[in-house]
Amino acid sequence: MTKYIIRRVLQAIPLLFIISIISFLLMSLAPGDPTAMYENPEAGNEQDLSAIREQLGVDDPIYVQYYKWLKLLVLEGNMGYSFQDGQPVLEKILQRVPATLLLMATAIVISIIIAIPIGVFSAVKKYSIFDYFFTFTSFLGIAVPSFFIALIAILVFSLKLSWFPVSGLRENYDAFDLWDRIHHLALPSLTLAFGLIASKSRYMRSSMLEVIKQDYVRTARAKGLSEGKVIFKHALRNALIPIITILALQLPALFGGSLFIEQLFAWPGMGRLTVNAIFIRDYQVIMGTTMIAGVMVVFSNLIADICYAIVDPRIQVGKN
Amino acid sequence: MSTTMTKTDTLVSVENLKTYFYTEDGIVPAIDGVSFEVKKGETLAIVGESGSGKSVTSLSIMRLIPQPPGKILDGDIKFQGESLLAKSDKEMRAIRGNRISMIFQEPMTSLNPVYKVGDQISETIILHQKKNKKEALAEAINLLNLVGIPEPERRINQYPHELSGGMRQRVMIAIALACHPELLIADEPTTALDVTIQNQILQLMKNLKQKSNMSIMLITHDLGVVAEMADRVVVMYSGQIVEQGDVFTIFENPKHPYTEGLLKSMPSAEKRVGKLYAIDGVVPNPLNLPPGCRFADRCEYATSLCHQEMPQIQEINENEVVRCWKYTDRWEA
Repeated sequence: MTKYIIRRVLQAIPLLFIISIISFLLMSLAPGDPTAMYENPEAGNEQDLSAIREQLGVDDPIYVQYYKWLKLLVLEGNMGYSFQDGQPVLEKILQRVPATLLLMATAIVISIIIAIPIGVFSAVKKYSIFDYFFTFTSFLGIAVPSFFIALIAILVFSLKLSWFPVSGLRENYDAFDLWDRIHHLALPSLTLAFGLIASKSRYMRSSMLEVIKQDYVRTARAKGLSEGKVIFKHALRNALIPIITILALQLPALFGGSLFIEQLFAWPGMGRLTVNAIFIRDYQVIMGTTMIAGVMVVFSNLIADICYAIVDPRIQVGKN
Repeated sequence: MSTTMTKTDTLVSVENLKTYFYTEDGIVPAIDGVSFEVKKGETLAIVGESGSGKSVTSLSIMRLIPQPPGKILDGDIKFQGESLLAKSDKEMRAIRGNRISMIFQEPMTSLNPVYKVGDQISETIILHQKKNKKEALAEAINLLNLVGIPEPERRINQYPHELSGGMRQRVMIAIALACHPELLIADEPTTALDVTIQNQILQLMKNLKQKSNMSIMLITHDLGVVAEMADRVVVMYSGQIVEQGDVFTIFENPKHPYTEGLLKSMPSAEKRVGKLYAIDGVVPNPLNLPPGCRFADRCEYATSLCHQEMPQIQEINENEVVRCWKYTDRWEA
């Protein structure tokens, strides 16, 4: 197992290298440059701006810029400095990671807790009114983009009903106030979870439908077990196996979703940092957040594979 | 046909059972008025080709017909004189796996892949015998010994994928026997296994039956298995019983043309023939059954009467029952 993990980590290195090249290229293709934020259409001073460009190194050919960035990262573990305020990129990101992780983890946990029972229930009561209801809601959740749901949620629950605050991480800055935190976390995490619940409950339903047809489920019934035991002990554990893949596959989408959600709810996380960096063409920060997101996705896939081996005894990680 | 037997030696009696399936294409009468008995301590074989209703009969006794689309429309199933159809779900669960247990055709997929073999056996013991986990696992080891699995102490900690097909079927038998059932329903228990393993499993079932007073209801399409195992035989065709009798009569002197055809199409080691006999034609479409005898289209003796009117099942000798116009007054050969 240890050998397998080491091998997978080593395999991740070339992958991350390719991710960095593609990101760098795409980023440089975008029009504009960091000096845009200094630009004043009335009092633009082209001489000053080109001096800034030279100082930041953004006039260099793209491969030179990439080489400098990579050299700094590999040799010193330094992700560069923000064009905006000169702060180290890594430090800027690390400040934001806890808020993002909190939001994402909450959204994932909520989505698992809600989607799995819905999926199981829809499968067991196939073609019932509940199944049709959840099918309808799921397709709504898949079809409607998360930023739209977020706007509706803010409109209804924050502005009209005043149940939740409109934005921010907390209001009480003097001490740790759990209720204040939960109160602020609820709306963004639920909105983010909505799309996840929608797709995961569909996968869970079809996985469960597949499993309840299996011979071993019939065997469990033939033993005289109650329907609850048959479904929740014998069928559920088998039906969960493919859901692990779905969880790992949902993570990149979750990063994408959190870009909008953090922006809309003024949530001080990595997503908001990234969006701001993109607006002002802060290349160093964009590369930093992209790489951190890449690392997180690659490792969540590794964790999914390890989870497979834990849940399914037929899979032995690291053996050919 | 049951009138000649005393009630006390009957374990299960199936009376005019009708199990239909309501599909999108129409109603499928999977079992259409089937009556037979399983006596205490006997092995009854139910023979027929795919779609004849053998498996649906056994699932009806277990009350495991998926509902919908299936439904038991009519008739009764009595177990030790009590109607199984009248029992509540809870009462039925106390019988399943305990007093009536079942082994299936596919040992490769009948065990749950994510639980250890020992846990799957002890689950039944804990459920029906109110034993704790430790006692149940000890009993599981005994059972694995009984069904001839070497090193049972090691095997209980293995997962199904670590065992061969024959071993898995032995585990299924161990689960089925865990609570000393009065009836064991074996639905094609050897079909998915190699010939040598088939024989081992049949011998095992025979030996285990001799040790207890258990009855076996053996569902098969293999007449070789019937000859080896059965005391009495029920032959099914298209959801109905066409012939029923003791194994010697059926093999020596089959009455129904279908039974005759089945026996003729059996390969024989003694007389080698160039081409194996086969009954021409196919089973009628259950959605569109003929008004007369369901076998008439494939029967070499069929007359216009056979095509027009369904023959009734009747007793022609003691313990010998057949559904064919040939054995009635209206037959003009």
